[in-house]
Amino acid sequence: MRANCWIAPNRVAVEDVPDPQIVNPRDAIVRVTSSAICGSDLHLLDGFSPAMRRGDVLGHEFMGEIVELGPGVRDGFRVGDRVVVGFPIACGDCASCQRGLYSLCENSNPNAGIAELAMGHSPAGIYGYSHLLGGYAGGQAQYVRVPFADVGALKVDDDLSDEQVLFLSDVLPTGYMAAELCDITPGDTVAVWGAGPVGQFAAVSAFLLGAERVIVIDRYPYRLRMAGEKAGAETINYEETDVLDALRETTAGRGPDACIDAAGMESHHASAALYAYDRVKQAARLETDRPHALREAILSCRNGGTIAAIGAYGGFIDKFPMGSFMNRSLTMRSGQAHVQRYMRPLLDRIRRGQLDPSFIITHTMRLDDAAEGYDIFKNKQDECMKVVLKP
Amino acid sequence: MSRRSTTGVRSVTDSLGIERASQTTGVDGVARFLGWLSLGLGVASLGAGPRASRLCGVDDSRAARTVLRIAGLRELGHAATLLIPRRAGWGAWTRVAGDAVDLTALAVALRSRRGPRRRRLVLATSAVAGLTAMDLYAALRATGRPRMPAAERITASVTVNRSVEDTYRYWHDFYNLPRFMYHLQSVRRSGDGRTRWAAKAPAGRTVEWEAEIVADRPNQLIAWQSVDGSPVPNSGRVEFRRAAGGRGTEVRVELEVTPPGRKVGALVARAFGEDPQQQVRDDLRRFKQVIETGEITRSDGSPDGISVQQQLRQRPGRPPATRVEWPVASR
Repeated sequence: MRANCWIAPNRVAVEDVPDPQIVNPRDAIVRVTSSAICGSDLHLLDGFSPAMRRGDVLGHEFMGEIVELGPGVRDGFRVGDRVVVGFPIACGDCASCQRGLYSLCENSNPNAGIAELAMGHSPAGIYGYSHLLGGYAGGQAQYVRVPFADVGALKVDDDLSDEQVLFLSDVLPTGYMAAELCDITPGDTVAVWGAGPVGQFAAVSAFLLGAERVIVIDRYPYRLRMAGEKAGAETINYEETDVLDALRETTAGRGPDACIDAAGMESHHASAALYAYDRVKQAARLETDRPHALREAILSCRNGGTIAAIGAYGGFIDKFPMGSFMNRSLTMRSGQAHVQRYMRPLLDRIRRGQLDPSFIITHTMRLDDAAEGYDIFKNKQDECMKVVLKP
Repeated sequence: MSRRSTTGVRSVTDSLGIERASQTTGVDGVARFLGWLSLGLGVASLGAGPRASRLCGVDDSRAARTVLRIAGLRELGHAATLLIPRRAGWGAWTRVAGDAVDLTALAVALRSRRGPRRRRLVLATSAVAGLTAMDLYAALRATGRPRMPAAERITASVTVNRSVEDTYRYWHDFYNLPRFMYHLQSVRRSGDGRTRWAAKAPAGRTVEWEAEIVADRPNQLIAWQSVDGSPVPNSGRVEFRRAAGGRGTEVRVELEVTPPGRKVGALVARAFGEDPQQQVRDDLRRFKQVIETGEITRSDGSPDGISVQQQLRQRPGRPPATRVEWPVASR
């Protein structure tokens, strides 16, 4: 089959690789009909994760049709079912899964020992997301093996298009969970750093969960425009405006009640000097992640407010404003999205017409053109927001 | 002589998990002997004065007597550091330092002595040199890393999301063990309530032994040990405890194994990545997977499931070219 593989830092290529096989009783093989490139794929692309190997198949946002089923798959799945698959691989049987913390599945990372060295304890395995998180082949391919298919896959009806349901695999639940972590109460103002797909869905979800105002911060006018038009958010371009001042001003000095970091480990800063400081340290591996957005979110948040860190981080950050965080009674909540917890309720919202996540798609390309898709997405060319790949 | 800390964890005294207490008794014997020797020398030097100096070939001069008294006091110091603490530690090195001073003094004296006085001096020097060797040995043993013992104790634990009853029942059926203990090839019934175990040994060999259950408390504990004459004398126990607040069952395993070939065998095994401690930890992770999900988790990078060796030798995260063997069929 054809599959998009990581070759070297900043290089991916679509190669011929062997077809996946059923290796465990609860596996399914899915013929992929649509997959997408995620912002976190860009972190892997850069080679900042040390656990990538040449030839790893990328991709953790995908959907398709079940073409083969292991004998142990529960819950009445059948060959021919149309499914969307959540990115965390979760067994459904461990204590974490049963508490709904699917991205913390205790059984799905066969390389848990490596993850424990890096993080203390291991989170769940993830498709195409480095060997630290399992070494699983990803879904930017014609076929993909889905372990614990009865937990990971959600059947979807034929009358909904791929574009409407594909993002149930990751970015929609991720954005939704970010808003949920904010414990929004009536009257709340929520600020969102990063107007990428997760930031867009976080803004939409914050309104769904009752926020009074949502303010989205980015530097790309087309992304801010989308946040304004599609999510109904107010916007701040951090290259033109001092974010802290603007947020203080617009909330009459209080600061936003909740702040979502939807930018993550490779965020930028308006000040070239401050950006360079972290960029150089990152390049020298003195810190692995650049936390500009997170620092600003902490400083901006109202006293006693909540930070939702949903953008991906991989390792260590520097200059964490702990004094501000501690003295002002802030709360920080975080996590890779527990996708399986949100898929069904969000599918219901899509079905009822409350949500149409397809608005983020700006590019639909052939799988064979994946390298070009990564390039356009990474460099924000052609007003790129989301690339969907069709095998 | 393992102790339990307040958290219930057995204290581990070094990176190999070996207790120092059982190792240092022999060393302490030597150190104590040297301590008594020091005491004797010290008392002799202070009390016997001129005779002691003649014995070791030194002139019975005023200066020599003063030096000898200082040396005597020093010996009493050695005796104190060696005999008073419960265990010889850095104290043993004070004797080595003293020996160095003595040898230097003797070497200086040797340059100017002739005839019978020189012969006595040579004798004294060789005696001190012999004692120095003994002191050095005791000091190195008292403060260095202890030797690997014949038997190695391994402990590991895991929490599983199953009842104590289920967990006990699964483990009690020893025939289940090879499913998650990768070094085991089979466990078979062999009559008299005994079981016959076959395990992979380093260098592709197989070792077999018979084991019997020595304690069995339902839903609490199972203990077993190999019967006499086993090529790999070993024993093990697994304890089950209900975790607080519905958090499942805590499983604690303790194994004691005498690896084939003892020390050398264990070191060779370690070099090939077959660290028993790591094996047991991996075994427990797989036990958790099997009892919770019914299967061993496999990825493209780690097609055989969790194991430290596989984590180090990752295949690329893409489907394997060859037909993988279906564990589904073999189960």
